Amino acid sequence: MAHTEHTPVVRALYLDDDVVLDAVKNLRGKGIKVKEVYSPFPIHGLDKAMGLKETRIAMAAFMYGLIGLTVAILITSYMMNIDWPQNIGGKPSMTWGMNMPAFVPIMFELTVFFAAHLMVWTFMIINKLYPGAAPQNPDPRTTDHHFMIEVAAGEGVVDALKETGAIEIAEA
Amino acid sequence: MHYESNVREPLILGDKSYKDITVDVARPVETAAPKAWWIVFSISLVMFLWGVGCIMYTIGTGIGVWGLNKTVGWAWDITNFVWWVGIGHAGTLISAVLLLFRQKWRMAINRSAEAMTIFSVIQAGLFPLIHMGRIWMAYWVFPFPNQYGSLWVNFNSPLLWDVFAISTYLTVSTVFWYTGLIPDFAMIRDRAINPVQKHIYRILSFGWGGKAKAWQRFEEVSLVLAGLATPLVLSVHTIVSMDFATSIIPGWHTTIFPPYFVAGAIFSGFAMVQTLLLIVRKIFKMEDYITIQHIEMMNIVIMVTGSIVGVAYITELFIAWYSGVEYEQYAFLNRATGPYWWAYWSMMTCNVFSPQFMWFKKLRTNLIFTFLISIVVNIGMWFERFVIIVTSLHRDYLPSSWSMFSPTFVDIGIFIGTIGFFFVLFLLYARTFPVIAQAELKTILKSSGESQKKHHDPHGAH
Repeated sequence: MAHTEHTPVVRALYLDDDVVLDAVKNLRGKGIKVKEVYSPFPIHGLDKAMGLKETRIAMAAFMYGLIGLTVAILITSYMMNIDWPQNIGGKPSMTWGMNMPAFVPIMFELTVFFAAHLMVWTFMIINKLYPGAAPQNPDPRTTDHHFMIEVAAGEGVVDALKETGAIEIAEA
Repeated sequence: MHYESNVREPLILGDKSYKDITVDVARPVETAAPKAWWIVFSISLVMFLWGVGCIMYTIGTGIGVWGLNKTVGWAWDITNFVWWVGIGHAGTLISAVLLLFRQKWRMAINRSAEAMTIFSVIQAGLFPLIHMGRIWMAYWVFPFPNQYGSLWVNFNSPLLWDVFAISTYLTVSTVFWYTGLIPDFAMIRDRAINPVQKHIYRILSFGWGGKAKAWQRFEEVSLVLAGLATPLVLSVHTIVSMDFATSIIPGWHTTIFPPYFVAGAIFSGFAMVQTLLLIVRKIFKMEDYITIQHIEMMNIVIMVTGSIVGVAYITELFIAWYSGVEYEQYAFLNRATGPYWWAYWSMMTCNVFSPQFMWFKKLRTNLIFTFLISIVVNIGMWFERFVIIVTSLHRDYLPSSWSMFSPTFVDIGIFIGTIGFFFVLFLLYARTFPVIAQAELKTILKSSGESQKKHHDPHGAH
């Protein structure tokens, strides 16, 4: 999306999510590339209709969880069994494996902690969301009750958009 | 695609459009506070400041200003801690567990319930901190390299599990809540006229623009966070219960504690959600979104979890008798018939008896009755924690060390202060944050809006 400012685009506003979904299918059927859709809420099936790839953020969260689990294993074994083993309530401290049942809560919590936080950080970074960032939507009405389709400017694009039920079309 | 059976009652009442949802959700933020808000806020603020004074007195003088003695070393502080953590559980249950179960009615209440979670966990966290006495050494609960002979925290201890559980719970709930808030802050930003307000919401909304790819990731993140938060919320009260269950004090040393604490937490949490939402829907005129149906659903959850808690109480009594351990038997006999019998029977009446009224549809759809029961339940749940903690401790193995606990004005002041602090936070939230997850709610308008449902089925109900 880095080139958005340089390439001319046509923006069309709609009033209904079903109309937008049909419009996206229609435009893509005519070979017009839908660059972006701005909507006030998630429209189910829109990502498939636009041809977006599935997000891999859940897989990332799984990896982050594994990192958290590893951290938990490393700190509990180092602190409790290697650096300074102590007899605490008769729990075996000679090896980590024998002491492990007492560490299950810590292992679980750190897995969740790492998975959740790192996933949300990832989400913010890949979507370029940060405190004070300029609003990404070109028209403020698209967080309320309007929907916007953004396509690359070209021959017949405006007419095609009109046909799909756009209420307002602007070239930018 | 937007069809939902007519057997299901509409979740959004009236003839609403997407625009109406925006306007209704933004209204409390954009208009001046009603008089009722100022009254409740002032009272809460006074309570909060009184609590701050009592906390400063405790920190300045020492834990001796509380009513603790050498037999009862844990009393109101830990009671309040467990009570507040428990209240927090309903928020995560509504936003995470009901999301996994695809319960659409959560959408009108999840935002406020999550806010309640975060604010009540903050209250809970205060108690272990001030109970340390030397609060400036609170960072010692975290394992970090030090020069005291590399002295580490004890990972075998349930108290340390608690540190990890509560910090994970607080921070993960906060990011879960905030991620959901971003699109709604963007909505308020895009409507704001006042430049100061626009600037603040611009910072808060992180530049959200509702791009298709962002929404796709947003939904995946919500789902994964719900999947993580569900076992997390169950683990938190499980671990809190292990603070007691892994000890060898008769009355605490029971394996039933984890599920029993979790059920009690959901029970008290839903009651607090009822208390708050009944006020919010009235003051901010949200009756079309937080409908009688929502109230009824939550009352059913209260009834079910209240009954689970009741079964747990009776199981505890049975196991105490069946164990054949006379100390265990005495602990329970003493709870029900000893000097703290009034606390035990208050708990029984409020938690086991009062929710049974919810079997009647007339009662569980009655707002005033619901409000009263929600308060009764929270009183009962406070007594439950008091009964578990104080009555198990006050009669030691040695009759010479038997004693009673009576709170000082500082104990009471800190408790009242946390109630004030909780309401101060919640009231500020209700005026500045979108109290309903409007972006999510818009996704169900076509399937669950009252007029939209009629439109689907012009011939009337089947």
